[in-house]
Amino acid sequence: MEVRAEQSGSVSIVAVEGDVDLNSSRSLQTQLRESLGSAPDKLIVDLSGVPYMDSSGVATLVEAMQLARKKDTKLVLCAMSDKVQSIFEIARLDKVFTIVPDRAGAEAI
Amino acid sequence: MFSQPRYLSGVRSLVSAVAQRLGFDESACGQIALAVDEALCNVIRHGYQRSPAGTIWVKIWPVDDEAGEHCEGAALDAPLDQHRPRAGGIRIVIEDLAQQVDPEAIRSRDLEEVRPGGLGVHIMKEIMDEVRFEHRAPDETGERGRGMRLTMVKRRSSE
Repeated sequence: MEVRAEQSGSVSIVAVEGDVDLNSSRSLQTQLRESLGSAPDKLIVDLSGVPYMDSSGVATLVEAMQLARKKDTKLVLCAMSDKVQSIFEIARLDKVFTIVPDRAGAEAI
Repeated sequence: MFSQPRYLSGVRSLVSAVAQRLGFDESACGQIALAVDEALCNVIRHGYQRSPAGTIWVKIWPVDDEAGEHCEGAALDAPLDQHRPRAGGIRIVIEDLAQQVDPEAIRSRDLEEVRPGGLGVHIMKEIMDEVRFEHRAPDETGERGRGMRLTMVKRRSSE
């Protein structure tokens, strides 16, 4: 799995490519903590390149959401596949996160 | 497999491929693979406390449509007969040699509280029709039972 971080003014974007599971979620956690360290106004997590996520990936995003709240950063998840969306629904977290269909939607919020 | 996260991807692919062969649709195959992944993560993290040297067995059987029992010795590479019903489901057994815990103590947590972690059992129970934890019995040598056995069943009729 690869994680790519970008900065656009006061907006940080983390784009993820590959499966996010117990083997790879630590790398995502490291990058999210780093991106939130500078307390951007908004952090967008682009999941368009993620075909699969398990609960360790979900836990990583929950931790990021909690950290974002402390930093007063708006966290937005975008471009989830149906498969990834379903784990958020099973975990009843689909209404807890701000989830939008695409990057453009995330940037517009 | 060894209790190492790097093997999870391969096991997911295997489980998904077997489920597809047994007649589950793509969405169900993905969900079954997720349930197995979550079970294995729990063994790795909690059973073996992240030790990479633990052994985990993953056993998969087709479930017979009529009897509801697993098809002992059924060959997964045998051609599907048009006149014989497809497998009624899938049974997956995951065993380990980790410390035994009270099966009654393994349960889903309250989801009202939003916090990282603790979702694995809930996910397994949402996806699979049966989820059963038990202690592994003593083996044929009379050795004291070691480790846990998790049995999960999903029936095609529940899709």
